[in-house]
Amino acid sequence: MEPLLELRGVNKSFGVVHVLHDVDFAVYPGQVTALVGDNGAGKSTLVKIIAGIYGRDSGDYHFDGKQVEVHGPRDVAALGVEVVYQDLALCDNLDIVENMFLGREETSRFGLDEVTMETRARETLASLSVRTVKSVRQSVASLSGGQRQTVAIAKAVLWNSKVVLLDEPTAALGVAQTRQVLDLVRRLADRGLGVVLISHNMTDVFEVADRITALYLGRVAADVPVKDVTHSQVVELITAGRSGDLGIAENPATASV
Amino acid sequence: MSTDADTQTGSAATPASSGFDNDNRQAATIGDSARDYLNRLRGGDMGSLPAILGLIFLFIVFASLNDRFLTTYNMANLVIQAGSICVMAMGIVFVLLLGEIDLSAGVAGGACATITALMLIDHDWTWWAATLAGVAVGALIGTAIGSLVSFLGIPSFVVTLAFFLALQAVPLRLIGSGGSLRYDDAVLRGLSIKNVPVTAGWIVAVLIVVGFAALSLWRYRTLSAKGLVHQPIGLVVIRIAVLAAVVLGLTALLNANRAPNPNFTIAGIPWVLPVVIALLLFWTFVLTKTRFGRHLYAVGGNAEAARRAGINVRRIRIMAFVICSSMAALSGLLLASYVGKVSPGSGGGNVLLYAVGAAVIGGTSLFGGRGRAIDGVIGGLVIATIPNGLGLLNQASYINFLVTGGVLLLAASVDAISRRRRSSAGV
Repeated sequence: MEPLLELRGVNKSFGVVHVLHDVDFAVYPGQVTALVGDNGAGKSTLVKIIAGIYGRDSGDYHFDGKQVEVHGPRDVAALGVEVVYQDLALCDNLDIVENMFLGREETSRFGLDEVTMETRARETLASLSVRTVKSVRQSVASLSGGQRQTVAIAKAVLWNSKVVLLDEPTAALGVAQTRQVLDLVRRLADRGLGVVLISHNMTDVFEVADRITALYLGRVAADVPVKDVTHSQVVELITAGRSGDLGIAENPATASV
Repeated sequence: MSTDADTQTGSAATPASSGFDNDNRQAATIGDSARDYLNRLRGGDMGSLPAILGLIFLFIVFASLNDRFLTTYNMANLVIQAGSICVMAMGIVFVLLLGEIDLSAGVAGGACATITALMLIDHDWTWWAATLAGVAVGALIGTAIGSLVSFLGIPSFVVTLAFFLALQAVPLRLIGSGGSLRYDDAVLRGLSIKNVPVTAGWIVAVLIVVGFAALSLWRYRTLSAKGLVHQPIGLVVIRIAVLAAVVLGLTALLNANRAPNPNFTIAGIPWVLPVVIALLLFWTFVLTKTRFGRHLYAVGGNAEAARRAGINVRRIRIMAFVICSSMAALSGLLLASYVGKVSPGSGGGNVLLYAVGAAVIGGTSLFGGRGRAIDGVIGGLVIATIPNGLGLLNQASYINFLVTGGVLLLAASVDAISRRRRSSAGV
């Protein structure tokens, strides 16, 4: 299957710190790709490069089989790639509709077109079978963590996006709310979107992911279908960079010394 | 914890609120809306309520202490005195919305009024050209402040404190110590000393009421027809009735003959009032119906979220300071119009703190993200009432400072407490 979004040979340094080494990363339509790795493995940097927030030192950015030039978050959004950040990036003082359309408000001749925006927000939430929100005109400050995550995800799919990246979507949630969000993640993939799930939680990963890409000290340790690996293999990939035949041949941290 | 609260309120409003498909789109009755409103008050979302209660309280106190307070003559005076405070406060609302502050607005107003007066006197410019020159200088000052704040990242408190000191040099240099410029242009001075013809005043007042009613009802029809969230029709009617009572009542009051001397007739709305109302309508439209306004709230609520949504946060920040300083220029012109002259001290003293106090008392949060243009107007009335009433009581002026300072502190406390309640209630 042709990947929807693909990064090839990406390198990124901050000053003397080489954060990403020749990273290849692919997202396939209709699949949930889990991006796993320990703290400092480079997950956040990779996501920010995909989102266009950071530039690349080298490497190619491909979308829909074509190489594209990406210079900022707007270019990425124009491709149909949306990122749902860990700290949610919602404005507490605005309501759900206002947040979902933030930065891309619909206007008519008389200013903001609230009718269109509220209707579309309602349709999007309904299409995602969201069942927990009381009213779309509720201020985001009054929502629970799971509801906020839901709104953030709905905001990402509102724009007919093709790829959605979710940064630790369940990190701060309770059991029931995690359930809702994971169901939502699965529904996104079933709609044909390419979904990237960044998570520390192996249970979540094994529950919804189709593929796993493990990062270890800025290198891709493995990119495998989830059915080919076990829970403990993934943990080894995260902590040691290899597990049996999988992984980086030699530990790069010690090899370079 | 907040989840529990959600489900409780949810089940209270709609017993079967488990599905999004039957989410509640309107508070069914006026009773429900009243309960919603009380809940919001209890949760710390006070809006302009403290200001309105404070205004009523001040009116009762001053009216009982002095019979001249409630005369139509004094009420018209109050409107004129409040004008410049309201205009500056509306400008301050924009920077407060971003969680910033502008300490230089008062002296910026003085500096801009000096420019306008010089254009009128030395260069014989017509009133509108001179006004434009003053406002342009205000916009320039705002651009400088906004750029320093957003590009260099200096706290606005420090930048505007520096401007507060530096801008006082402008009138002092241009006018000279101890001097003053007369401000007697027929139109600009007329804003404070002339009145709208009585008939014209009535026509405009009725137009405003009819316009508001038509817009509200049209909005109600559109929203309910499309099945969107809307207020119950009863509440819409009540709002129209309240607005009609206020507008028509004020018009009747100001259109009555208020001359203390029976040989003269003074009647009509002082020209300041239409100016303030026009600015209020304009900025309310900008804040609630334009993308720029929406982005202002977003930057004030969560600047990082706004940035990630593709909003140019720097531009928004600079624009807020530009609007604030331009409004300060207009406010300086109104103040000069009231006093009849511009002197090196114009806009100094407590002019700025009056305006900040007005905005905060009106319900704009010092912490950013919350506020409306009308907050500045309502708060401005409260603030203007204090020196007006105390003046009639022939109190020493130190009392005035004490009371105004106390009111500002009170308003800031209400703001801080309601913010704390909001974050715990999650409203």
